[in-house]
Amino acid sequence: MKTDCLTILRAATLSFTLAGAVAVFTGSAALAAGGEGPHIERQDWSYNGFFGKYNKAQLQRGFGIYKEVCSSCHGLKLLSYRNLVQKGGPEFSKEEALAIAKEATVSDGFDDSGDPKERPGKLSDRFQSPFSNDQMARSANNGALPPDLSVIAKARTYHRHVPWYTEPYYWLYDMATAYEEKGSDYLYALLTGYKDAPSDMTMGDGMHYNEVFPGHQIAMAAPLSSEMVDYEDGTKPTLEQHAKDITAFLAWASEPHLNARKDLGKRVMIYLAILALLLYLAKLSVWARVKH
Amino acid sequence: MSDHSSSYVPSNGFTRWLDERLPVLRMMHGQFIDFPTPRNLNYFWTFGGILTFCLMVQLITGIILAMHFVAHGDHAFQSVEHIMRDVNWGDLIRYTHAVGASMFFLAAYIHMFRGLYYGSYKSPREILWILGVMIILVMIITAFMGYSLPWGQMSFWAVTVITNLFTAIPFVGESITQWIWGGYSVGDPTLNRLFSLHYLFPFVIAALVGLHIWALHVVGSNNPTGVEVKTEKDTVSFFPFYIIKDGFAVIMFALLFAWFVFYAPNYLGHSDNFIEANPLQTPQHIVPEWYFLPFYAILRAIPDKLFGVIAMILAICVLFVIPWLDTSRIRSVRYRPLYKPFFWLFVITCLALGYLGAKAPEGYYLLASRIFTAYYFIHFLVVMPVVGLYETPKEVPDSIADSVLGKEATSETAQ
Repeated sequence: MKTDCLTILRAATLSFTLAGAVAVFTGSAALAAGGEGPHIERQDWSYNGFFGKYNKAQLQRGFGIYKEVCSSCHGLKLLSYRNLVQKGGPEFSKEEALAIAKEATVSDGFDDSGDPKERPGKLSDRFQSPFSNDQMARSANNGALPPDLSVIAKARTYHRHVPWYTEPYYWLYDMATAYEEKGSDYLYALLTGYKDAPSDMTMGDGMHYNEVFPGHQIAMAAPLSSEMVDYEDGTKPTLEQHAKDITAFLAWASEPHLNARKDLGKRVMIYLAILALLLYLAKLSVWARVKH
Repeated sequence: MSDHSSSYVPSNGFTRWLDERLPVLRMMHGQFIDFPTPRNLNYFWTFGGILTFCLMVQLITGIILAMHFVAHGDHAFQSVEHIMRDVNWGDLIRYTHAVGASMFFLAAYIHMFRGLYYGSYKSPREILWILGVMIILVMIITAFMGYSLPWGQMSFWAVTVITNLFTAIPFVGESITQWIWGGYSVGDPTLNRLFSLHYLFPFVIAALVGLHIWALHVVGSNNPTGVEVKTEKDTVSFFPFYIIKDGFAVIMFALLFAWFVFYAPNYLGHSDNFIEANPLQTPQHIVPEWYFLPFYAILRAIPDKLFGVIAMILAICVLFVIPWLDTSRIRSVRYRPLYKPFFWLFVITCLALGYLGAKAPEGYYLLASRIFTAYYFIHFLVVMPVVGLYETPKEVPDSIADSVLGKEATSETAQ
């Protein structure tokens, strides 16, 4: 009776879990076969990983692209012009940043007769958005709303198409290599992902085909092409280079203190490692007094 | 134990004076210096200290964040970005708080599995265990409310999904939900009360932690053998032995913590929460933070909304009664050959539910989460009572000292 009970319980739970595992396995196999979104390539960014840092020249090139191309539709409302000067960013000179700020027109309250006043931008001002409200933005863009780009590099990601049993490996791999740049990978893939629509696809009015955009129909026309923006530092202005540079700039806009954070991190980790070592030695010596 | 003799001697006039009026230093000395602790605790017993560290980190960073946060639907997202960009070291304070929540749960789950493995919930530690379950329950509520505050897409929709669960209550569900929302949908009043309660609950946790430690110091720590402390030979004083060991463990944990804060602060988060809340646009997948995924999987495994909610709540509340569900005569799974595989099956079940909670509830994934949900409850309601009744445990050492000082070998051969 006793052993019967146990055998049944054991067999039941075992077959239960087995069934669960089989279900997970087949489930993910089916999904992997069907495909859920496009394949996006992992890129090498100067700012990914333990030693990652923004490249000042790249951020300056990226800002040039933002200014000449993106800023006609997309805002960067969380940034201030003074951020362009700060360390770990594009590090423009104060004069350069002020010149950039002055090109913007900022509303400045009301004059004595109650009419709205305007003035040129200052370093302390936020970036001025191209449209004063969403309705205006939509009406100028075929009904689509160009998103603000302030945190766009952190607000996008993608799913890797790998079998489920390798997923934990990739989680650990990203964790151990401090890779958080899936948003950047996505932006780069999007900006270089414009293709001719497949002949069997009916495109919406004014929509453009993009390999990686969810649903493949995007309202934004291909924003970049090679040699679109002049580079003063002699970098070759290919489409890929443009896409990389603007992506790096937007990554900085999303995470402006990354350089300082990773710098401090090294010191904190070294400090903690030394402290851990000392505590471990102290622990050994204290516990040497008793058997345990 | 609380009745051990105190070696406290006030060292100067002031402490003598204080000791006669409020013997707080004597109490601290007794509880954190002299306190006799089993000599055989392994590193899994350092998670109590680690959790205290986590709670303090959350309280300190949280109070600073509250100085800059604006609990208003139009400003919450911007105020969080203001902290990230303009407040001195604000990005580190916020990342420490956000990563800290994950670290808190990581440590709490390890602490709980340790309790399950070594039978730390069994008599006389029922109250100690129940207080622990209350802490995890309040932690879950607090973390959920905290995640809503940045008012991103995932924040907003998580609040929407979870508060909508209250509509499953028969008859009064609708009214209760509106009462919780403070309106006819999730909005400003909801955000405000979430913030208010998110500030309050950590202090409730702190109070419960106080009781938890009190209860621990009445009955004493369990230990890997599960054998109660019998003589003084079984114990060492808390200071210096466990202070130094816990200190080392806390710093090792802080290294992992720092890795996430400095090098992967957004790794455990979700990219959709960097999009401002938009009541008109539902995200493609609404997924909670990783530490809620097993419960989320249970919720979605049940086809009926009301019973799904009940199952999810029971998944935690069943822990309240396990001191009475476990019929085993001995505590530690180390000496329970029959129960041991079931224990690991339960660990796998929790991990599998966590994985499934992140997947869309369809097809085989749904089937798998139903199977694992079933085992989650079978483990507590069937396996725990039945195995305990039928199991013949391995021979348990006579005392902690025996197991440490080498009589273990003799008892092994005797068996």
